[in-house]
Amino acid sequence: MPVYNRVEAQIRSILKGTDYLQVNVDGLAEDADLYAAGLNSHATVNLMLSLEEAFDIELPDRLLRRRTFASIKSIAEALAEAGVKAEAA
Amino acid sequence: MTPWLAAARAVGVETASRHADDVDRRARFPAEAFAALRKEKLLGIMVPRAEGGAGAGIADVVAICHELGQRCAATAMIYAMHQIQVACIVRHAEGNAWLKDFLMRVARDQLLLASATSEAGVGGDVRSSVCAIEPQDGRFKLVKEATVISYGAEADGILVTARRTPDSPASDQVIVVVPKMGYELEQESAWDTLGMRGTCSNGYRLRAGGEMAQVVPAPYADVSAMTMLPVSHLVWSALWLGIATDAVARARSYVRAQARKKGGAPSSAARLAEASSQLQLMKATVVGSLRHYEAALVSEDEIAAPAFAVAMNNLKTGTSRMAVQVINQCLLVCGLAGYRNDSPYSLGRHLRDAHSAALMVNNDRILANTGNLLMALREDPGLLE
Repeated sequence: MPVYNRVEAQIRSILKGTDYLQVNVDGLAEDADLYAAGLNSHATVNLMLSLEEAFDIELPDRLLRRRTFASIKSIAEALAEAGVKAEAA
Repeated sequence: MTPWLAAARAVGVETASRHADDVDRRARFPAEAFAALRKEKLLGIMVPRAEGGAGAGIADVVAICHELGQRCAATAMIYAMHQIQVACIVRHAEGNAWLKDFLMRVARDQLLLASATSEAGVGGDVRSSVCAIEPQDGRFKLVKEATVISYGAEADGILVTARRTPDSPASDQVIVVVPKMGYELEQESAWDTLGMRGTCSNGYRLRAGGEMAQVVPAPYADVSAMTMLPVSHLVWSALWLGIATDAVARARSYVRAQARKKGGAPSSAARLAEASSQLQLMKATVVGSLRHYEAALVSEDEIAAPAFAVAMNNLKTGTSRMAVQVINQCLLVCGLAGYRNDSPYSLGRHLRDAHSAALMVNNDRILANTGNLLMALREDPGLLE
């Protein structure tokens, strides 16, 4: 089993709890294209809301772009920018 | 006035308006108007100068749609849909030589482009596809059950949405440009509707094939968000404004004729004033949204922002509703003279055409999408920014 940091593990756990993707989240590389995996624009907004709830943050306007949600890595970077700390799991 | 707008006005007044009733009655393609638009080279104006076009901008096309909408809404709608396709290729061709060459042909031969985005089996969601680009020896093939291809039989090329590969999820779409020699259409349904009858929006089974280079490089999600959706809403709103503008003009002539007989404005002039006020709001929305789009064009960040998508959605849902409201006011002003089909004040075609506005991409679907986007909207921009 790969070891993810806390943030990445939580992003994966959120994605697992939804039907946004049409592939197994466990097999997904951190830089894999989530849109190619089935994420659509409606689900992107729902994903944003779930992330804000889970990490108790508000993503600033400049991060509310399609590319922010393009991969697990880009989501983690956006969360870091919004002040979420990524200590090891 | 630009020479393009002057030419479009002449086509509208001299040709489109003369045949509008016959186009509507027989639900036929406005062939005379399109022959005239081609003669004036108005189909290729948005093609960049480097590709042999006139390099016109979105504002020029919006103004032409508004002009034509006052004369024959079906002509205006076909012109609008064609320019949406051209805009998508112009903006997203990037370094693709095949697409640039195709643009040259659009300008040189005044090609008319149609769109196949609707499909059976996706519940009306054009951001999902069942059909897929099937690669085969460096080429592709594609079969689509297109529930609607407006003026498909008259087009010289079609832009088709499809899943990127046969293994891609429904939402991972691309858009591919197919010239007439690259497809076959088998008609599966006819277009006998309340209004917009001349758009001949039959359903077809589309069988297409071609080179992989015909696929627009950018994901359809980007093409849609940056170009197809905002441009569609702008050109449609402009032509709906055109329909409403002509309705107000007819109501004004009616009231003026009454006023001349009476030696003063009749009481219906107050209702005409109400219609004029609504028309002004509608016009302000169209022009304001056009300026918003032009400002957003220079920044990918601006155009990708939820606030921009919300504004462009609101333009569509708002103006589609307002067009019908304005025409209803005008109908009350003209009374039976407006209700009759054989009167110079007739508003039947205007009203029937305008009712398509809320349905072509159903407002309920757009409102749901806007509602979702509003969850990602932090604050409204200021008044003058």
